[in-house]
Amino acid sequence: MYRQASRLLIRALGGGRPVGRAFSTDAPAVPVEDSTFVEAWKKVAPNLEPPKTPLSFMKPRPPTPSSIPSKLTVNFVLPYQSEISNKEVDMIIVPATTGQMGVLPGHVATIAELKPGVLSVHDGNEVTKYFVSSGFAFIHANSITDVVAVEAVPVDHIDPSLVQKGLADFTQKLSSAATDLEKAEAQIGVDVHSALNAALSG
Amino acid sequence: MASAAAGSSAAVPFWRAAGMTYITYSNICASLVRSCLKEPYKSEAASREKVHFAISKWADGKPEKPTVRSDSPEE
Repeated sequence: MYRQASRLLIRALGGGRPVGRAFSTDAPAVPVEDSTFVEAWKKVAPNLEPPKTPLSFMKPRPPTPSSIPSKLTVNFVLPYQSEISNKEVDMIIVPATTGQMGVLPGHVATIAELKPGVLSVHDGNEVTKYFVSSGFAFIHANSITDVVAVEAVPVDHIDPSLVQKGLADFTQKLSSAATDLEKAEAQIGVDVHSALNAALSG
Repeated sequence: MASAAAGSSAAVPFWRAAGMTYITYSNICASLVRSCLKEPYKSEAASREKVHFAISKWADGKPEKPTVRSDSPEE
């Protein structure tokens, strides 16, 4: 009975795993079984099947296509929900710290830190805009882009009067700030509110 | 990592120069954005700001009584 236990357990775990997300992983191109582990296991427990290691569960990294794909696959996730999952679009513009960065299919692999700003997703004629508080954008060589942010809202969820008030508050705090930390916090407030302002008017 | 900023050659962002970590910066940005939302969205977002955790200080190799903290955005 115990001989089958590990196999049954693994089947239970493996069956519940969600399949089909094209999150491009950093797994090697070929699924690898850790051979030293398997051998060591066989020496200790020759009658039990070795359990699978996380490495063998990970999907192999999708190969970089030789020709540039026609569409960009976007995954946009927040800690509490997945905004866009595996959507094929023409282009996205991310608010990187180095400026608004347009990502087209075939973009070079990049990791970009985001500043508070507008993320726009362009698909044909439709454009969807989100205001992103901060985060990162990972562009992989196979034209899959993962954007992660802590908070992202559609631009029409923003209240202009609160933004103006916040901007005035923080500008005032910035001029009266004493310690480095207070100055930094006030500066962050000014940056975020200015970006919100620009998002509303732009 | 956050050593004397003047000595390092990398251009550090102002918040790191002030001693703040990226996570703190990111969380502050997120809570500022949440505070600028229109009404129904703002109250939904308020639930995301809540944190609930227990801290135990250790003394003489033994944990003392844990304090449970439940912070809501008003702090």
